[in-house]
Amino acid sequence: MNPSITSLLQQAVPLQAYLLLSAVLFTLGVIGFLVKRNLITVFMSIELMLNAVNLSFVTFAHQWHAVKGQIFVFFVMMVAAAEAAVGLAIIIAVFRARATLAVDRIDLMKL
Amino acid sequence: MHVILFVVFAGFCLGGAINLLLQSHPINSALSLIVVMSSLAVLYLLLGAEFLAAAQMIVYAGAIMVLFTFVVMLLNAGREERTLGSRAAGIIGFPAVVALLAVLATVLLRTRDLGTAALSQGITSTEELSTVLFTKLLLPFEVTSVLILIAILGAVALARHGNGDSGGNQERTEAK
Repeated sequence: MNPSITSLLQQAVPLQAYLLLSAVLFTLGVIGFLVKRNLITVFMSIELMLNAVNLSFVTFAHQWHAVKGQIFVFFVMMVAAAEAAVGLAIIIAVFRARATLAVDRIDLMKL
Repeated sequence: MHVILFVVFAGFCLGGAINLLLQSHPINSALSLIVVMSSLAVLYLLLGAEFLAAAQMIVYAGAIMVLFTFVVMLLNAGREERTLGSRAAGIIGFPAVVALLAVLATVLLRTRDLGTAALSQGITSTEELSTVLFTKLLLPFEVTSVLILIAILGAVALARHGNGDSGGNQERTEAK
């Protein structure tokens, strides 16, 4: 095999690349939160931000060989699951009251 | 090998996230988010977190996203209307987002003492992780189970059909 390809295969990835990916994913989540006009998609952008933060948690756990960093991600997943269940129930309730999911029309707390 | 896997799945991640923003139908966004989450599971495995990779697939890509797609189909949500959005988002929001990314990227690229990740560095075993979780962090773990229980009750109470009064009356009549 070509030696340059062999060295590329054995090369390690710097952790900055993972953190940078995490930052970009988080930013895309923020943009989605601001841009999207559908309530469910806005909620999905929040999940994307949570996932981006989880990636940086795992990266730092790898950096310092700390198990607690990974356990924190586990807790974030649990809280995200609870949040998704309650959030989607709220979305169903809102849809039942307003018959729309467009965030521009859901601008009052009162039903 | 690690480089190739990282580039491929980081590309999947970014592509899925961008596709999530570009799609106008929520079901397409949900499927893109599943791609993002599955690729993140591979990245966790590359970083040596085998338990989290499995949990990411089962909890996120499995349970949570099934819930999302289920709600999208249940509500039969159509295409989203393109509106201009609020003026505050345009004036303050987007420059703030760009500034956020710039600050994060600058800080990360200037950090010099970060290590590297390679396939030969081994994985954190589930045994190692659960030993810490069930000895030192047992109380937070149990509190989480209470949180999940409250979330289930809250979801049922919120999504129940009709308003609270009629539902309560129905239950009372059924009890009689």
